[in-house]
Amino acid sequence: MQVRILVRLKPGVLDPQGRAVHHALDGLGFSGVEDVRIGRVIEMAVADGTSEADLRKMCDQLLANTVIEDYTIETGDKVVGTPQ
Amino acid sequence: MSFRAAVVTFPGSNCDRDMARAIESVSGAPALRVWHGDSALPDNLDLIALPGGFSYGDYLRAGAMAANSPILRAVKDEASRGVPVLGVCNGFQILTESGLLPGALMRNAGQHFICRTATIAVGNTSSLFTSGFKPGEHLRVPIAHHDGNYFADDATLDELEGEDRIAFRYADNHNGSRRSIAGILSADGRILGMMPHPERAIEPVAVAEMGSADGRRLFENVFDKLALA
Repeated sequence: MQVRILVRLKPGVLDPQGRAVHHALDGLGFSGVEDVRIGRVIEMAVADGTSEADLRKMCDQLLANTVIEDYTIETGDKVVGTPQ
Repeated sequence: MSFRAAVVTFPGSNCDRDMARAIESVSGAPALRVWHGDSALPDNLDLIALPGGFSYGDYLRAGAMAANSPILRAVKDEASRGVPVLGVCNGFQILTESGLLPGALMRNAGQHFICRTATIAVGNTSSLFTSGFKPGEHLRVPIAHHDGNYFADDATLDELEGEDRIAFRYADNHNGSRRSIAGILSADGRILGMMPHPERAIEPVAVAEMGSADGRRLFENVFDKLALA
């Protein structure tokens, strides 16, 4: 089973990398870019039937740092995210 | 009594020898060296030091892999028994990633790796690590990091301030750290994480090169307090 995990900085957490890229896009003449936030995609092949609870544990314990990051887990058509 | 300190080396640590040498220089006793894959620490330790560097190449996030290594389970066990832990630079990142200290260390706000001598102001003066300093005293200590921008939410920052757990603040906040935080303590004051490198300001040559051996005093605080205990 293919799983795609998106890890993003929480809203409000400063993203200096995103800001630098935003600045570079402006420099290249692309107008109308209002904000840039950079995150990470983790693609995993896991055994069929791997539970959502286990995937969440992987995110909470290692793949994301929930002090500063939120995550979403995409399996097939299903998308779940960081508990709010 | 012979001072028993352990220095943990991870793949990618690069300040472990400096840390061991600093401990040996102040205590006169050899530092015990521990490898990241070890599952146990030596008995009866007076101090565990997590050194600077780029453990596991900073894969995923700085300190994230080391925080999940076998030796960190042993470090957590010993810390819960009250063994003091000092994490410097990558060691601080490992302490936050492992949950031993709150918050997180993010990319410097200016995006640049910063390597220079920083002036830091002493906050807490009651802990094992800081009791020999005067409140507000300025120290000159080298910094060398890319991910030193301390982040925690307001409630956590208020708690750290309310409980007198901010050990050091940057006099000139060069990396965007919230409330200029350069180092923090655990609730019991026995775990210190800091981005500046006290182990690089130890020898007379450090005074000659950058005008400071202030880092030495932090190790003397620990040694003096434990030796007197």
